[in-house]
Amino acid sequence: MALINASSPHARGPVDTGMVMRQVIYATLPGLAILTLLFGIGTLLNVIWAILVALLCEAAMLRARGRPVALYLRDGSAVVTAVLLALALPPTAPWWLTFIGVAFAIIVAKQLYGGLGMNPFNPAMVGYVLLLISFPVAMTNWVGGAPYRTPYVLESVLQFLGHGPLDGLSGATPLDTFRTFAGNADALDRMIVLHGRWAGLGWEWVNLAFLLGGVYLLFRRVIGWHIPLAFLAGLAVPALIAWQIDPLRYADPLFHLFSGGTMLGAFFIATDPVSAATSSRGRLIYGVLIGILIWVIRTYGGYPDAVAFSVLLLNLAAPFIDYYTRPRTYGHERAKRGAGS
Amino acid sequence: MADVDYGKITRDGLWNNNPATVQILGLCPLLAVTGSVVNALGLGLATLVVLMGSNAAVSLIRHYVTDAVRLPAFVMIIAAMVTVIEMLMQAFTFELYQILGIFIPLIVTNCTVLGRADAFASKHALLPAMTDGFMMGLGFLIVLVILGALREVVGAGTLFANMQLLLGPWAEQLRIEIIPNYGGFLLAILPPGAFLGLGLIIAGKNVIDKRMKAAKQRREAPSSSGSRRVRTTGKVS
Repeated sequence: MALINASSPHARGPVDTGMVMRQVIYATLPGLAILTLLFGIGTLLNVIWAILVALLCEAAMLRARGRPVALYLRDGSAVVTAVLLALALPPTAPWWLTFIGVAFAIIVAKQLYGGLGMNPFNPAMVGYVLLLISFPVAMTNWVGGAPYRTPYVLESVLQFLGHGPLDGLSGATPLDTFRTFAGNADALDRMIVLHGRWAGLGWEWVNLAFLLGGVYLLFRRVIGWHIPLAFLAGLAVPALIAWQIDPLRYADPLFHLFSGGTMLGAFFIATDPVSAATSSRGRLIYGVLIGILIWVIRTYGGYPDAVAFSVLLLNLAAPFIDYYTRPRTYGHERAKRGAGS
Repeated sequence: MADVDYGKITRDGLWNNNPATVQILGLCPLLAVTGSVVNALGLGLATLVVLMGSNAAVSLIRHYVTDAVRLPAFVMIIAAMVTVIEMLMQAFTFELYQILGIFIPLIVTNCTVLGRADAFASKHALLPAMTDGFMMGLGFLIVLVILGALREVVGAGTLFANMQLLLGPWAEQLRIEIIPNYGGFLLAILPPGAFLGLGLIIAGKNVIDKRMKAAKQRREAPSSSGSRRVRTTGKVS
């Protein structure tokens, strides 16, 4: 039987890398707006600066590697890395902090591994973890949020230029506060920062905004539902069980879901198509394990938040997960194990 | 015994067959103790002395040890040398000995030492064997010190800090503050910094090698353009 070419118009997928990346950037805008509203324009400054640094590093590396610079710059993947990293940084981050993180993310974590599509680890999270273990003080210094007022524009600018932490404006995040006082009912009661609607003052709005952006991405089919849903379930279920056992020592599931980087991680970070698992079943496993790891590290680990560490650890495991979750090929029996025959 | 090419031994040890950047041996101490120049120099010197001593001893007994028992014998010699070094460091540079800790006795397990004993010293006379030990040790030492300097400058902003631990009180003034008021870049001091640093050094060496090879080819095969065209048309079956 001859296969006849269907006549035009051929339906062409409207999707290319640049378009996907632009959608991701649009989806971060609500989160960026809320962060700016609550914590001053520090985040906005850092996002713009990070984009500049990322484009510069990307261009330099592409040139050094002899790749077409303009073509790869236009796909916007460097911008997405920069935006995600800058959103994860505290609003008090001075320019050099952002510079080191973004430069490392683009040069080492992305281009040295072979550029877009070749990186085994999420570049933004590699940059974040580099900064977190190298500059722990600067990385845990958050401003704004109750009981502190939002810093003025000038204060944020000074902070960005590296003029020390703002006196009387910076404090610990709700996650950090809960960690410090877990089990101590009186202290937890006195901590104003914990008395938001569900997840500490201000933070529920940040996370809701990222959730909104994430739903937009789902709606536009830029990301699938497997990873975010599994991620959130993996975090909420252990949190629920532990909270039922001892609500004083363990935070409730809503607190976990709506504080720290949960929503940013679930919809924007863990869904990175390059470094995540690929099959549907694999993505469910990948998401659940990230969620569980986040709960474990938040509860028992040495750091208040754990999205970056968990995502990187599961990036490491993604090829392994893929190996054992190969989908059945049409017309063939299910493979016995792993790679099959 | 055939003539021994000392130039080749030297080039092999320092560059072409460098234990750290080409053979990638002895990574455990290489990565673990290169947080500063003084640590790197201390361990590098210890390894160099052990290499020379063990190569010399192995070369001397090479006719009396049968193949079957050669490895245990070599390991015994190396272990004895390391014990001597360990005691010397305990006696003369006690603080540095404490900082380097387990990595001094671990020189026994440094594959470079056993590798050179088996691959070179057991087949050569005393002088070439010692030269090889010295050059291999020096090559290892140089990489250690470069990596130590890199990590110390990036990680702490200083160079040659605490040299008095190795060289005596006068060396205290060797400390150079490269970047004043430096907050410190912890990653460089932490283990990941060692891997990144060594990776960059190896990459740098490979780039230099590539350039040198290209330059050599250009010199040996002068421009032949125009005369050697390859047929590009015609039937391709």
